Amino acid sequence: MMNLLKNLLAWVDERFPLTSTWKAHASEYYAPKNFNFWYFFGGLALLVLVIQIVSGIFLTMNYKPDALFAFASVEYIMRDVQLGWILRNIHSTGASMFFIVIYLHMFRGLIYGSYRKPRELLWIIGMIIYLALMGEAFMGYLLPWGQMSFWGAQVIVNLFSSVPFVGPDLAILIRGDFVVSDITLNRFFALHVVAIPLILVLIIVAHLVALHEVGSNNPDGIEIKKNKGPDGHPVDGIPFFPYMVVKDAVAAVAFLIVFVAIIFFAPDMGGYFLEYNNFVPANPMKTPEHIAPVWYFTPYYAILRAVPPLFGSQFPGVVAMGVATVIFFALPWLDRGQVKSIRYRGPIYKAFLAAFVVSFVGLGYLGLMPATELYTWISRVLAVVYFAFFFLMPWYTKIDECKPEPDRVTSK
Amino acid sequence: MTENVDQSKRRILLAATAAAGGVAAAGAGVPFVMSLMPSERAKAAGAPVEVDIGAIEPGTMISIEWQGKPVWIVRRTPEMLELLAKHDSDLADPASSIPQQPEYCNNATRSIKPEVLVVLGVCTHLGCSPTFRPEVSPADLGANWAGGWFCPCHGSRFDLAARVFKGVPAPTNLIIPPHQYLSETRLLIGDDDKSKLKGGQPADKGATA
Repeated sequence: MMNLLKNLLAWVDERFPLTSTWKAHASEYYAPKNFNFWYFFGGLALLVLVIQIVSGIFLTMNYKPDALFAFASVEYIMRDVQLGWILRNIHSTGASMFFIVIYLHMFRGLIYGSYRKPRELLWIIGMIIYLALMGEAFMGYLLPWGQMSFWGAQVIVNLFSSVPFVGPDLAILIRGDFVVSDITLNRFFALHVVAIPLILVLIIVAHLVALHEVGSNNPDGIEIKKNKGPDGHPVDGIPFFPYMVVKDAVAAVAFLIVFVAIIFFAPDMGGYFLEYNNFVPANPMKTPEHIAPVWYFTPYYAILRAVPPLFGSQFPGVVAMGVATVIFFALPWLDRGQVKSIRYRGPIYKAFLAAFVVSFVGLGYLGLMPATELYTWISRVLAVVYFAFFFLMPWYTKIDECKPEPDRVTSK
Repeated sequence: MTENVDQSKRRILLAATAAAGGVAAAGAGVPFVMSLMPSERAKAAGAPVEVDIGAIEPGTMISIEWQGKPVWIVRRTPEMLELLAKHDSDLADPASSIPQQPEYCNNATRSIKPEVLVVLGVCTHLGCSPTFRPEVSPADLGANWAGGWFCPCHGSRFDLAARVFKGVPAPTNLIIPPHQYLSETRLLIGDDDKSKLKGGQPADKGATA
C-alpha cells in the first residue's frame, strides 16, 4: 500500500512539481522562531477569505440582484431559507472581521518594519489587497438594498463626480445611470461576486509568493537568513509545516469562538456590523436622519468631512481622503530608520506611532458621529496628526536614537 | 545565420504588430465600456413630470420624483421671502453667480414666481437629500437659522432660496431644474421649452456634482 502511494507520488512528481512545491512553501519554508501574538493575523485573514467565499456562494443561490426584489430576497434568506440567517450573519460578520484582522495585520507590519527592504513589494501587494478589499466591501454593502446601502453608495459614487472636468461623466460610468439604480445594483453584484474575488485570490497568491521569496520578518526586525546553519537553513528559523501551522490552528480556534459568538448573540454588533437603517428598504426620495459608513471606513470618512470646500469644490476633501488611504504605499521609502523593529527604535518614533494610533482610532470614532462643529475641529486636528506621522517620517526616523539590534532573534 | 538578421526590420515589424494589436484591443474594448454607460431605457427615464401645486399650503413643501431624484416645491410665505434678503453676508454665493439655475431663475428668490421655489433636493456636496427645516431659530440649528434645509449627512445648510451658507461642506447652491407653468397651478418639471440644456442644467442632465 505504502509502496503504491509512493509510486503514485513519484509518477505525479515527474509531471507536476508537487513535492518540491510542498517543500518550498511548507515543510522547508523556514519562518523565524520568535513569532508572537501579532503574527496570527495573516493566517486568520486567509481563514476569513475562505469563510467569505463559501458563505457568499451559498447566499448567491437565494439572493436576487434586482432593485425590486433585492431587499425582499435578503429578508427571505433571513426568515424562510432553512438556517439562511446563519449564512447571512456569517457573511456580514465576516466582512467586519476581515477588516479587524487586516488592520491588525497591517499594524504588525508597521511596528516591526515589515515593509522595509527587501519587503517593499510584499508590502505594496498587501496594500493592493487592502484596496481591493475596500472595493469588495463597498460593493457588497449595496446588495441588501437598504437605506444605508443606497445612501452610502450615493455618497461614495459622488466622491468621484467631484474630480475636475471628468468627474460627472465618471460617476455616470460607475453607476451606469444618472442615479444609483437597479442598473448600479446589478453591476455591483457582478463585480462583488465575480470580478473582485477573482482578483483578490490572484493577488493574495502573489502576496504569499513574494513573502516566501524574501522570507518573513520578525519582532526583532533582523534577517534570519544572515545566520544559516550547516544544513543551509536559518538557525533561528523553524519549518512552517508543522510548527507554524499548529500555532495558527490555535489562533484559528480562538478566533472562531469569537466569530461564532458574534453570529449567534450579536450579529448586528449594536449597529456597527449591520446598521439599523439598513433594515429599511432603499428610498431614493429620503436620506436617513444620520448616515455614516460602516466602521471600517470611518477614519477616512472623518478626514473627508474635516476638509472644508476650497475654490467652490469639495474635491480637496476627496483628495485628502484618497491620500490618507494610499499613503501607506510610500512607507518603505518614507522610513529612514536604522532599525526596523519598534523594539530598537528611539522615543521619537514611538511617540509619533502612538499619536498615529490615537488619530486613526479617534477619526474612526468621529466618522461614526454626526458632524458637529466641535467634532469637525477635533477631526481636523487628528487629520493633521495622521498626515504628520507619514510626511514627517523621513525626518524623525532619521534623527531618532535607536538601540543596537541583536545578532540573533530574542524570545521572551 | 544570426549575423544575417536585419535587426531594424525586426524592430519595425515588432512595432507594427504591437500597434495593430493595440488598435484591435482598443476596438474590442469599445462594447465593454459602452455597455457600462446608461442604457437607452435609463436615458428615457428622464422625461418631464407634471405636477399640481394648488394644494400646497403657504410655508410647506411637497417632494416629487423626477429622473429618480427628489424635486421640492415650496410655497414660501411673505415673511419667509422677507428674511431671504437679510443674510447675504453669510452665504457663499448670494447672487447665484454660479450657474446652478436656468436664466429665468437667476434672481433674488431663485424662482419664476417669488413665492414658489422649485429645487432639486440633492445636496451639492455628496448627493444626500437635505431635511426641510422651515422653523425660525430651532434649538439644534441655532438662533440665526431663518428656515431652510439641513443636510443630515455632512451638515451643509441652505436657506429658503436653496442658497448654500459659508463654511459648510457643500460648495454651491442647490440646482434649480428647468421648469415652466402650464397654468396657474400646474407645473412642468424638467422642460422649459426655451433653454433645454442651455444654463438650465449645469454639467449634464444627471450630474448631482
